[in-house]
Amino acid sequence: MDWGAIFTNAIESGLGIDGVYFALAAIGLNIHFGYAGLLNFGQSAFVAMGAYGLATSVSTWGLPFWVGILIGLGGSVVLAILLGIPTLRLRADYLAIVTIAAAEIIRLMLRSVSLKDTFGGTDGLQQYSGAFFEANPYPDDRQYGVGGVEFSSRDTWVMTVGWSLVALFCVLVWVLMNSPWGRVLKAIREDEDAVRSLGKNVYAYKMQALVLGGVIGATGGFVVALGQGSVTADSFGSETTFFLYTALILGGAARVFGPVVGAILFWSLLSLTDNVLRQAIANGHISDSIMTGTQVGQVRFMLVGLGLVLMLAFRPQGIFGDKKELALDAR
Amino acid sequence: MPDDMSGDAPSGPEWDFLRGDPDPIAAPLPAAPPSAGPSFGPSAEVFTPEPIEPPQIKSDHHAVALDALSGAAPEPGSPKPDPILMADAVVRRFGGLTAVDVTHLEVQRHSITALIGPNGAGKTTFFNLLTGFDKPDAGAWTFEGRVISGLPPHRVSRRGMVRTFQLTKALSKLSVLDNMRLGATGQRGEALWAAVLPPLWKRQEAAITARAMELLERFKLDDKAGEFAGTLSGGQRKLLEMARALMSSPQLVMLDEPMAGVNPALTQSLLGHVQSLRDDGMTVVFVEHDMDVVRHIADWVVVMAQGSVIAEGPPAAVMADDRVIDAYLGAHHDAPLSIEEEEERLAKAENELQAEIEQASADQSVEGGATP
Amino acid sequence: MARRLAGALAALVLALLAIPFLASPAAAEGEDLHGKLRNGDTAVADVRIFATDAGGTQIGETRSDAEGVWAIPLPGPGKYTVTLDAETLPEGVALRNADNASVTREILGGAETPQLFPLGEGRAVAKQDTIEWVQLTAEGLRFGLIIALAAVGLSLIYGTTGLVNFSHGELVTLGAMIAYWFNVEHGLQLIAAGALAVAVCGAAGGAQDALFWGVLRKRKTGLLAMMIISIGLALLVRYIYQYLFGGGNEAFTDYNSQTAVKPAGLPFALAPKDYWSMGIAAAALVLVLLALNMTRLGKATRAVADNPSLAAASGIDVDRVIRLVWAVGAALAGLAGVLLGLAQQVNFAMGFNILLLLFAAVTLGGLGSAAGALLGSLVIGLFIQLSTLWVSPELKNVGALGVLIVILLVRPQGILGRAERIG
Repeated sequence: MDWGAIFTNAIESGLGIDGVYFALAAIGLNIHFGYAGLLNFGQSAFVAMGAYGLATSVSTWGLPFWVGILIGLGGSVVLAILLGIPTLRLRADYLAIVTIAAAEIIRLMLRSVSLKDTFGGTDGLQQYSGAFFEANPYPDDRQYGVGGVEFSSRDTWVMTVGWSLVALFCVLVWVLMNSPWGRVLKAIREDEDAVRSLGKNVYAYKMQALVLGGVIGATGGFVVALGQGSVTADSFGSETTFFLYTALILGGAARVFGPVVGAILFWSLLSLTDNVLRQAIANGHISDSIMTGTQVGQVRFMLVGLGLVLMLAFRPQGIFGDKKELALDAR
Repeated sequence: MPDDMSGDAPSGPEWDFLRGDPDPIAAPLPAAPPSAGPSFGPSAEVFTPEPIEPPQIKSDHHAVALDALSGAAPEPGSPKPDPILMADAVVRRFGGLTAVDVTHLEVQRHSITALIGPNGAGKTTFFNLLTGFDKPDAGAWTFEGRVISGLPPHRVSRRGMVRTFQLTKALSKLSVLDNMRLGATGQRGEALWAAVLPPLWKRQEAAITARAMELLERFKLDDKAGEFAGTLSGGQRKLLEMARALMSSPQLVMLDEPMAGVNPALTQSLLGHVQSLRDDGMTVVFVEHDMDVVRHIADWVVVMAQGSVIAEGPPAAVMADDRVIDAYLGAHHDAPLSIEEEEERLAKAENELQAEIEQASADQSVEGGATP
Repeated sequence: MARRLAGALAALVLALLAIPFLASPAAAEGEDLHGKLRNGDTAVADVRIFATDAGGTQIGETRSDAEGVWAIPLPGPGKYTVTLDAETLPEGVALRNADNASVTREILGGAETPQLFPLGEGRAVAKQDTIEWVQLTAEGLRFGLIIALAAVGLSLIYGTTGLVNFSHGELVTLGAMIAYWFNVEHGLQLIAAGALAVAVCGAAGGAQDALFWGVLRKRKTGLLAMMIISIGLALLVRYIYQYLFGGGNEAFTDYNSQTAVKPAGLPFALAPKDYWSMGIAAAALVLVLLALNMTRLGKATRAVADNPSLAAASGIDVDRVIRLVWAVGAALAGLAGVLLGLAQQVNFAMGFNILLLLFAAVTLGGLGSAAGALLGSLVIGLFIQLSTLWVSPELKNVGALGVLIVILLVRPQGILGRAERIG
């Protein structure tokens, strides 16, 4: 067993593209779920809006990179408003069902054969990141990193931008949640009618939270689209949303750094178990009759599921969360 | 503090009742008037009619209100000299059941008006309608002369008509101080764009905090300011909810059973606070079950039964009214629950359930109210 | 309490792991696609079948032998499209569904993947005498009745416990998997296997409530937390299924190649197993609805769904009712799984794939109402099939989910649901 490689892989996974992508998407989800108490089960659709907004604009329509970014952001705003209008007046579980349904609709549309000319069907879209990497300040003749944890010049550039965005949004969330606006949001999470009776337009606040979290989720979409060089619809399915919830709850909902820590830990742990199992199989510690290489991927899904169950049952506040402040007991 | 809409003499806090004055509730009951007639069976002591004696006048506002009300006829729908709230033909049906059917109602400014009635009389539903939390099938009402029927709850509140809830809605996961700050209206920092620029709202926030502390002090909650509201007792939550409602300087305060579930020791203090709202120039409408409370602090009583207003007038007159007595004795009489009564209610609930099960699906929408 | 819960969790996981269909169809020799062409009981020989890779390049071609057997070796894992050349089928034999001449499959490393091309007179032949919308209506009713079985349980569980159960789809899959295990691995006839599967699912549902959800309820776990727990449970169980069963589609042994039958001159044709499925599903649903309305326990169930605290106050044993609802709901879901496996084939994600349609059906009918769930399911089933008259079949679920959103906009309490009181 090459423990060195296992751990560097885990760190690379947590800090790399997947980690930063999840951190951004989970910060958005934290605004929805953690602070406003909105059970958005369609965060993957907001991520897809960012990723496909950029990819489609540049790759299909031949628009400039920055226009693609604007279209991705605009798309997520429109999606938030369209989702919010019917559901924000309804109970929390209705919102969950509608958002997951809407996310599935979007995924099915993006992968459909009828729209293949625009969204590339199940193959997705490529070649939209040229302008971004032209601005890459890191020469691509070497790797970047310390102590065996190394990233390519492209990844380093995406990570630089991505983690800067994470820092920016953390500051934003901190300022907002310590403002009167955040106070209203947290109050809504606990009891909407009380807030209404005090003259606040609850619907407008929820909509603002939905849009804000959705836009931040879309930036996660940019990062994953640029980092992976291609976008495919099936990578934005409901399981992505569930993973985001796992990461968020792991780090601690309603905490500024909860989603960031959660995202890093989530991917590090996944990579760790994945690598340990694969090496154990390769070295004959686990026999083929018990587990094959393809089954390792399934084991990690099982672990995510088990982790989610155990966390919610025993430590719903996550690592940093404050149980007293957690909004999970509302119906 | 509260806007003095009618231009009466300036008001100040009147705290006499807290300074060792004889407690209004504990005051000895005067002798029964001749008009009251014989006693009414098991609940007679609750309905022992009072003498028609001039009520104790607490403040200038009180005097003005009493003066105005003395001219009003003690009958359902009677006009008042200076109504702050007027409702007309308000109807709310749940399925086949008419929960509220109020032909006309006016609430005198600066008065404390009690809304009483047996269980299921439609008091809370009427409250929900007036404050925008439920939508009527028909009817309109005005506040300060402007139509507010159809407005969503937050707009009603911004007009200056703030309510509290029967089941207290203190936000237990916010601090007591944050609960108070939340009550303030017109906060710049509550707009998303301004929230990210603290210099835009820091000064206003400081002013709001100062005012919140002032109110907390008045309601004796100042030492709890930093704690989660969830740590407060039931009575303290009622106080907090009332204080929070005052943060917006309302003209009309609607209290839904302010004494329900409150430890008796706190009841007097709560009563004092309710009276002080009126004495500060606000108008108070409250739903209440306890007759003693109604008798001692209400200037005017409105009685509802089966969705309609069946009587209104000064407390003593209303309590001597045959229709009211019939409504109460005919139905279950409302008073704090004793153990026997609790059992009786359980038995009743059981019967209701049985009935519900029997009649199966016939009542699909009877319970209903609008989900948004 | 925490230790008890941990014990319960461990027991649950072990119980799930112990579901003994360990025979994963994967063998480790190199990838291929293979199958056996049969029309009824006769082998169909000399039919051209070819495979192309994701880029569209043809990578293999073969003809079925005298036993109808064909196999195409593949260069490695990846996505392949395998096509049956319908021109080369003998006279009078056609694909039962002409849309399925070409199938794209994701091939995993080391997997010899079976591919079924159901033949028969089938729809392709009967089509001349069917009217498309009537045919689609019949298929929609069939699908609606099957998902109704699962939806009724989902709705009753919501009604009595308030839980939006995201792991309900996995109960559907469980039914299909257990029936598959008895039927294919142990050679039990499908009817017996299906009945056993339903029984096992019922027991599993009751056990799930006793060991897991009931414990969480006692711990006063919030409903939203339980909902997220159900998501975690669904992930865990779904991938245990895949771990044990593999990622492919497998058919039951019985009732595979049936010829579509037109009932008494009506312009549609379904296979006999479809008529039987519809009959079984309808009978089960009628029984459940009757039981809810006529029996004491059924009435108690509706009382609990209506107002749990009031029901408890009137002496109803709420926990017992909930346990029963879980058992019956899971049994119904298991039956749905068996029938769905018969209609489509068995797959580890088959329940997950219909989960959103279940939500749509339940929301449409009104959360918590059993009759509403049935009605909603029929509407969704019909809508899905009939929408293919206008949109491409790959988008048929989009319409159904769209309907869900529109319904919530117009009538949030659903068709039969009742509005909720505020304050």
